Amino acid sequence: MSITARGLSKRYGHVVAMDRTDFDLADGEVLAVVGDNGAGKSTLIKTLSGAVIPDEGGIELDGKPVRFRGPLEARRHGIETIYQDLAVAPAQDIASNLYLGRERRLAGWRGKLLRHLDRKGMREHAQQVLDELGIGIKSISQTVETLSGGQRQAVAVARAAAFGTKVVIMDEPTAALGVAESAKVLELIGRIRDRGIPVVLISHNMPHVFEIADRVHVHRLGKRVAIADPGRHSMNEVVGLLTGALRMNEEGTLSEVSGAVHTGLDPD
Amino acid sequence: MTAVTQDQAKRFDPGEIFRRSPVVGPLLALVVAIVVFSVSTDTFLNLDNLSLVVEQSLVIGTLALGQTLVILTNGIDLSNASNAVLATLIMAMLVASGATSGWLGLVTGIVTSVVIGFLIGTLVTRAKLPPFIVTLGLFTILTALGRLFASGQSVPVKGGVLAWLGTESYLFGGIPVTYGMTLALIMFIVVWYALVRTSWGKHVYAVGNAPEAARLTGINVGRTVLSVYIVAGLIYGIAAWQALGRVPNADPNAFETGNLESITAVVIGGTSLFGGRGGVTGTLVGALIVAVLQSGLTQLGVDDLYQEVAIGVLVIAAVAVDRFARRRQP
Repeated sequence: MSITARGLSKRYGHVVAMDRTDFDLADGEVLAVVGDNGAGKSTLIKTLSGAVIPDEGGIELDGKPVRFRGPLEARRHGIETIYQDLAVAPAQDIASNLYLGRERRLAGWRGKLLRHLDRKGMREHAQQVLDELGIGIKSISQTVETLSGGQRQAVAVARAAAFGTKVVIMDEPTAALGVAESAKVLELIGRIRDRGIPVVLISHNMPHVFEIADRVHVHRLGKRVAIADPGRHSMNEVVGLLTGALRMNEEGTLSEVSGAVHTGLDPD
Repeated sequence: MTAVTQDQAKRFDPGEIFRRSPVVGPLLALVVAIVVFSVSTDTFLNLDNLSLVVEQSLVIGTLALGQTLVILTNGIDLSNASNAVLATLIMAMLVASGATSGWLGLVTGIVTSVVIGFLIGTLVTRAKLPPFIVTLGLFTILTALGRLFASGQSVPVKGGVLAWLGTESYLFGGIPVTYGMTLALIMFIVVWYALVRTSWGKHVYAVGNAPEAARLTGINVGRTVLSVYIVAGLIYGIAAWQALGRVPNADPNAFETGNLESITAVVIGGTSLFGGRGGVTGTLVGALIVAVLQSGLTQLGVDDLYQEVAIGVLVIAAVAVDRFARRRQP
């Protein structure tokens, strides 16, 4: 699925969190969203995942306009978001967490009348999803709190990818992880893309972005200022773009911005 | 990183068993207690006594069943016993005064308990008040209302439906089983099923364990918590019926510490006071442990006050085991 957004704005009192920003996600790509703290990345992402309702602008999924009134509606359209704190219940097992909030009931009278859960079916499907994504976890009945940080992230990713998902949005998935575990999570992102599901990756970690992303959306002062190509542009250039030291011209070339740092001392 | 975790898991770890199944510890304690009392007294191990032990734990056990649900959502109910006592008074007075038939009196009492549960749930989920404060307030209010309502007098129940759970019994393999015991067992099974085999149960655990995660996955946290207080109210109403079966006399001063005794049974049964961990099987065992201790120690000639000391020690030990088991996890 592709997402196109045009002219999204969101104001909180005098603070402009989104300033007529555009956003494009192409089918089957990993799109990194980078920007300085306070640039408005999370407001943009929350708008796409339905948690924030924009004041202006519109979102189209595969060319069809949509309007989300909450996160559940975005999810019904196949947009799954993995939040930084993962939204897992530590004391519950992996299968339960995968199905949290959308448990499957048994077919027949036991499911209808007694509301009996299809525990075997859910466990089998959970195991299948983990296997497909190459996530090696000893037992599906382990509680999530017994897993390492990377494994927990993997469970959250598996959940996001398990339900006929069309887009996965990940907020800083490697921020709390060590080198080895980060590598595994990046690998996992690649595998999700291989299944034909586009991924939006919010990250501060430039090496990670350059390792996995097909395109880089650079966000600055509430709007998209550039779409960088990891094959063409360097990390330093992307950092230049997001701090405002560099500017991308119409044809994709970069130029330096003179006096990009406003000290506030200049009377002009 | 992963390799280390797997290495640790391979070693035998007794804490692991407790974490996996928190009922193991309490169950072990129950078996030990039964064995010790069976060996050290001649009177403990016989059907009449064991049947009495179960009978004596019926009311607190039923209160603890509702309490378990509330504690699983990271709440607490200090008003459960006063709720049930008020219901016994309503039942007994309606029937004694001839205002209603036995069944209608019973239903009215139970409905009152459900309404109180609804009230607590609404205050907790809508007004966002802490359950401890809401139920502490209600504990005082309901106790006073019961005494006002009955003018401080107890109201006797003359047989009929209200006393039915204690008076009627049948033989099961030669053992007399009261309807009260049967009803309690059915209730435990129903609540266990709802908690472990339905999505409602999964949601109750999730709401207690990680409310924010539950919300983000689309669970209606407020409605789940409200439903728990309503179901708990229904259980307390039935506890009132159990109480009249045990002692056919509605006493406004009965079960003054029933709230704390129900929490004791829940905690000894291994349910965490922080919510999201534990279950009703543990509570069943916890309620039996308390009753077995009281019966066994009485037969050993131990003073009532020392029995209470022993139960207090057990509560602290149970929480310490819970803490210890949880600290060892990676």
